Amino acid sequence: MSSVLYDAQGPRAKRRNVLFTGVFVVVIAAVLWWVYTSLDDKGQLEWTLWKPFFHSEAWSTYIWPGLQNTLKAAALAMVIALPLGAVLGIARLSDHLWIRVPAAIVVEFFRAIPVLVLMIFGLALYANYTDISSDDRPLYAVVTGLVLYNAAVLAEIVRAGILALPRGQAEAGVAIGLRKNQVMRLILLPQSVTAMLPAIVSQLVVIAKDTALGGAVLTFPELLSSANTMIGYYGNTIASFTAVAVIYIALNFSLTTFAGWLEARLRRSKKSTGAVLGAEDMKELNPAGVGGAFGTGGEGGGPAGITDTRPPR
Amino acid sequence: MFDFLEGYDVLGAFWTTVQLTLLAAVGSLVWGTLLAAMRVGPVPLMRGFGTFYVNTVRNIPLTVIILFTSLGLHNTLGIGLGSQVIDTVNFRLAVLGLVAYTSAFVCEALRSGINTVPVGQAEAARAIGLNFSQVLRLVVLPQAFRSSIGPLANVLIALTKNTTVAAAIGVAEAATLMKEMVENEAQLIPISAVFALGFVILTLPTGLILGWVGKKLAVKR
Repeated sequence: MSSVLYDAQGPRAKRRNVLFTGVFVVVIAAVLWWVYTSLDDKGQLEWTLWKPFFHSEAWSTYIWPGLQNTLKAAALAMVIALPLGAVLGIARLSDHLWIRVPAAIVVEFFRAIPVLVLMIFGLALYANYTDISSDDRPLYAVVTGLVLYNAAVLAEIVRAGILALPRGQAEAGVAIGLRKNQVMRLILLPQSVTAMLPAIVSQLVVIAKDTALGGAVLTFPELLSSANTMIGYYGNTIASFTAVAVIYIALNFSLTTFAGWLEARLRRSKKSTGAVLGAEDMKELNPAGVGGAFGTGGEGGGPAGITDTRPPR
Repeated sequence: MFDFLEGYDVLGAFWTTVQLTLLAAVGSLVWGTLLAAMRVGPVPLMRGFGTFYVNTVRNIPLTVIILFTSLGLHNTLGIGLGSQVIDTVNFRLAVLGLVAYTSAFVCEALRSGINTVPVGQAEAARAIGLNFSQVLRLVVLPQAFRSSIGPLANVLIALTKNTTVAAAIGVAEAATLMKEMVENEAQLIPISAVFALGFVILTLPTGLILGWVGKKLAVKR
């Protein structure tokens, strides 16, 4: 165990680390004990409150339908936002000022506005100007809000993905006599799609997390709001929130791991140009995203830059 | 033209948004720095805790965290954060939830800043006999903060937008008021434009100014 930030530990440093560990254990134990006693005081640890999660009833009545809606909204939003984002992203790279500037304004505008505001706008829009039934409206509103925001973010991903390709690709395309549109369609886009994949999967995590807004504010019956209904029935606030959190963590953990795996695989691949837009690059575009594969940097301690063996772009 | 604004305290709502943002920003900067220090430090247990905290919190939707502070901490466990007035309690709970969530991102922004500090800096600091806390305090963190201003600005912008989630527990901030207004008034587009503009005014200068400051302060290498 070594790091550039501290020397290999001598006897004194080791003793001190043991002391720190001890103090830290005591602090953590105190916090856990406080959590335990306060939960116990309010009777939140009763087995009857946790039992529903180990029977199929709670899952089939509350959690699974909620989770289905969460996944449905996230998938719909992603599917609609991707082409929109691609168009906006390519438009921002246009040679023509009159295409580039409006696209930039649209992207920056929607990136500056909270998703919730867009969702509230969507809900009112559908209520006032369409005849979509009030049961469907929350889903439409949630998807609309997510699409507007994520199309803007995806546009930036697409732009960054195309810019990440080596310049020689576009130049070679021009050299063999392709038109601008052919260079984009035949050379740049196909290659950048692989480069963007990890970033797009990471963005799915953000979308999945944002669907919870619809449940809390717009009465969209997704995971969180069905857990809320369950709390009303069983009175198991703590247990339900724990379950929801665990489901979200499992879902997003698998997506992030998948994105990390994709990124590593693409970086290794000899066929590609080596241009990859990973989770790290995404932080600039969307800091709310969950960047980095799970557990990276936890092992080495100290600046991870030292172990960063990324090929230079 | 702006008669739909009458009877609504739009500025007051945005002031609440600003207050939420600033309080949560300060809180998450402190807690996030501590987390970052834990994650790069020599004590394995603290490193593990830091990693666990960041990865857990980042994967839970902020909405779930904020709703939990209200339903779980306040209603079930009776934690009022030193107040009996429900509006004050909700405001403080929202700040608490935002701090818990945002600090994970602050930690990661700082860690990416620490990554930009060349190895030689830390090595030189160790060579003249500084210990871990001195290396971090005197050499690495001052440089890391300067190069993290860009990423931290992005986190601050995300935080500003995330304060709208406090609407889930009824804090009277901008999104809560917007929802109320679009439900009661028939002028959807002007109302939405006002709120969109409000957020653009809040987030755009933050990005521009801090981006400029970040470029200005970044250690030239």
